[in-house]
Amino acid sequence: MNNIHDMGGITQFGPIPQETDEPVFHAEWEKRVFALNIASLAFLGPVDRARHAVERLNTVEYLNSSYYQRWLRGVEIMAKDLGYFTDEEIASGKATSTKEMPHPPPDAAAVEGLSRHGVPSTRDDDRQPAYKTGDKVRVRIMETKGHNRAPNYVKGKSGLITHFNGSHVFPDTHAHDKGENAQPLYTVRFEAKTLWGENVTRKDCVYIDLWEDYLESA
Amino acid sequence: MTTHNHDTPNPYHKSDRDDAANKAIEERVDKIESLLLEKGLVSQDALEKLADIYENDLGPMNGAKVVARAWVDDEFKKRLLDDATSAIAELGYGGLQGEHVVVKENTPEVHNVVVCTLCSCYPWPILGLPPNWYKSFAYRSKVVIEPREVLAEFGTSLADDVEVRVWDSSAEIRYLVLPERPEGTGNFSEEELAAIVKRDDMIGVTTVTVP
Repeated sequence: MNNIHDMGGITQFGPIPQETDEPVFHAEWEKRVFALNIASLAFLGPVDRARHAVERLNTVEYLNSSYYQRWLRGVEIMAKDLGYFTDEEIASGKATSTKEMPHPPPDAAAVEGLSRHGVPSTRDDDRQPAYKTGDKVRVRIMETKGHNRAPNYVKGKSGLITHFNGSHVFPDTHAHDKGENAQPLYTVRFEAKTLWGENVTRKDCVYIDLWEDYLESA
Repeated sequence: MTTHNHDTPNPYHKSDRDDAANKAIEERVDKIESLLLEKGLVSQDALEKLADIYENDLGPMNGAKVVARAWVDDEFKKRLLDDATSAIAELGYGGLQGEHVVVKENTPEVHNVVVCTLCSCYPWPILGLPPNWYKSFAYRSKVVIEPREVLAEFGTSLADDVEVRVWDSSAEIRYLVLPERPEGTGNFSEEELAAIVKRDDMIGVTTVTVP
């Protein structure tokens, strides 16, 4: 989806806001939103859906919201999409409907286990990678209405595969309940000159992880 | 060393909102939390546990121990650069948003710096939750195109012949920078070394200095 979350390459957001002795959370409500988001993924997830919910925010709202405000909106959007909340309930905070839950919510031990063990995205399959280290590839130019993790600044650009990372769950389908579609994930190196212009002379590069469906031979 | 420009008004950051705006957000959080609890999507004890883990248990002190170990143990360093997920598990670290970790080593020729342009992906088990600057639009947007200008904002300047490698965390692989061990630390113990490694050194916007 084309939105402002895909902001790599913009230079005019101003100075980077640094802070000394920064707390983990800047307000009690931020801590609560963090916890709500992670705990509710048991029903609202996977994480790909959560990322996409934030990406779908109105562009101006995205820019005018703080980080945890966007996370809160993400929870609202997912809960509504999946039929857990209505607009009226969100506005009032009062439940007027019920939906049968398939299992109880995770308890403290369950979320501690989640934190400790995570949710690996690799899948053991026998899918052979189409490309190998050293291959030159181009990022396909794709119109995507849904979730997609190929940033615009690399689309149509060519780079070299530096590493094959095994098969990983494909966010473009996983975010939309269309299956894991695990496929080869490659690390691709792009030269600054390729990304930003022939007149670039500085010795910089960007490495980025890209799924096989995003790539074509170059 | 660092600039402290958070005093500059910035509409994108919570600290610059007024009390009424913060109160409105708190009321919204109350409503959503109440609905999630009432409808059985979350439990109060899970919320408290998560807040406790991420506020108190995880943080850059974990990553600093990984770096210090790599500096004093060449075999560990080899394992770390070859398979970081397994190597950090030797020190007891791993889990959510650290399921697949890759460590990149800074050298006199190569400097690495990590970003997530699309959201804010970050290696939670070894660095904790990211600081606001890492999640800021200014950092996410600019470091891929003007990394040297961004590093300069953190007081870091690199020679022109150093190659800057920016790692954009677009998938589920999480990156950690192994900084160069500074001069004059030959007599430091592993614990003393861990104490001088800072969060920003492991993201790659600064280099390790001896206080």
